[in-house]
Amino acid sequence: MSSTGSEPASPRAARALHEPSSHGKERNATVTECKSPGITRRDLLVTGAVPPVLSAMRAPAAKAEAPSPATTMRVAFVVNGTPRELDLDPRTTLLDALREHLRLTGTKKGCDHGQCGACTVLVDGVRINSCLTLAVMHEGDTVTTIEGLGTPENLHPMQAAFIKHDGYQCGYCTPGQICSAVAVLDELKAGVPSHATGDLSAAAEATHMEMRERMSGNICRCGAYSNIAEAMAEVARSRA
Amino acid sequence: MRAFTYERPKSPAEAAAAVERRPGAKFIAGGTNLLDLMKLEIETPTHLVDLQDVGLDRIEDTAEGGLRIGTLVTNTQLAAHPRVRRDYGVLARAIVAGASGQLRNKATTGGNLLQRTRCPYFYDTNQACNKRTPGSGCAAIGGYSRQLAVIGASAGCIATNPSDMAVALRVLDATVETVRPDGTARTIPIADLHRLPGTTPQIETTLEPGELITAVTLPRPIGGRHFYQKVRDRASYAFALVSVAAVIHENGSGRVAIGGVAPKPWRVEAAEADMPKGAKAVADQLMAAARPTDDNAFKLPLVERTLALVMTQARG
Repeated sequence: MSSTGSEPASPRAARALHEPSSHGKERNATVTECKSPGITRRDLLVTGAVPPVLSAMRAPAAKAEAPSPATTMRVAFVVNGTPRELDLDPRTTLLDALREHLRLTGTKKGCDHGQCGACTVLVDGVRINSCLTLAVMHEGDTVTTIEGLGTPENLHPMQAAFIKHDGYQCGYCTPGQICSAVAVLDELKAGVPSHATGDLSAAAEATHMEMRERMSGNICRCGAYSNIAEAMAEVARSRA
Repeated sequence: MRAFTYERPKSPAEAAAAVERRPGAKFIAGGTNLLDLMKLEIETPTHLVDLQDVGLDRIEDTAEGGLRIGTLVTNTQLAAHPRVRRDYGVLARAIVAGASGQLRNKATTGGNLLQRTRCPYFYDTNQACNKRTPGSGCAAIGGYSRQLAVIGASAGCIATNPSDMAVALRVLDATVETVRPDGTARTIPIADLHRLPGTTPQIETTLEPGELITAVTLPRPIGGRHFYQKVRDRASYAFALVSVAAVIHENGSGRVAIGGVAPKPWRVEAAEADMPKGAKAVADQLMAAARPTDDNAFKLPLVERTLALVMTQARG
């Protein structure tokens, strides 16, 4: 599959950007062959619909690791426009709340230590690493994930630009890259300086150097950086 | 991560009292460093006191013409503040030289000052580390020490302070305001906030148990040209090998502090009298007490050269 140049955004490409799997563009290619109709790989993982022999192997370990009765806390926030309430162990990161409790698996867990940026989401419009913050710290906050930026039918301009410029390969870092890229343009507009900003007294411009510096918290092992910068530059131009 | 309980008090004094009341309690602000360490079980607080509702999130002008920065002001907000960009450029430059955009959006002023070292032996719980486990030894000494301290360290610890912001605050002679669990306030010069390791590297600051940083105050602007020159292994999102924070006036006088070389921002005021003489004279005095390892001896000429670069830019 190619999504370079001006090729229109196909629904399949849009899905890959909306919720890329670890196989990205070759989404579910291997799973499709062995699954029952209508069951996705994720369903299989989430529901525990595993072969009997595997469940038997897992049972003792699960028993041995049974935690002491957990004390949970209620947290209410708005995620992608929908009010949500969860009872959570205070240890739950915002990332795990989104992925494991709200099943919003578009946001990815990469390093889980704030180094890779795959977990980037917007909280009250500001990009943060959702792995390095506790869900209970976000009472009353407004969270936007990749699922809330756009839909396959109605892409966010940054999603469309990533497709047009081929700003991804495996797709795993892409939701974080896109959330970060959207926020970078807002930060530029708000006058936030960066290490690449020459004159602190002037407004920083959306140059390639600015984009690259500001995106350094989002790692892409496939090395799609130059295409990501192109995508961002196009959206920045269209907004100017 | 170990289990903990969690609360969100409404005032700084309540927060300080809450931490003092519960052994094993810790403040949490942005959480970008603490949660990382909690996941690795290097930090194991039993109770977290979240500061986000205590106020302290504003930047205000002081009567003396300076700036008072609430402890919860994020790194991004601080670097973007019009007066910081205009009057305290070294601070804005230092902040944006550190971490990533996402981290700076969450990391706070007080939290930045209290972040722990990134010494790889502190992070690796299989290794001896006097800072993490007092009395266990220091695996960094004789180990991989390229990133580590060349000055101010001890026989028990050669970790560096990782903050860029703190180096700029040291050059600006900032003061740290705190509140103690009994409700009393005090101010600490930034120079006195961080301790050298000596025989107790686990004690990193002069703060008392439960004492909360409420603000950082900058004196009135001193003018001059402001520089933060950071040398690192990649162009962005890496800790300093050496950094130079400097404010230099037209006549060549000024101030300078060095990051990446010591357990605290390294400044020797007496050396600054030699600034008109050039980088070597200043660097020789600044680093006179250095005891580098074979791995990090390169930092000494690097300090001089980075300072020379800054001084050249100041003349240009």
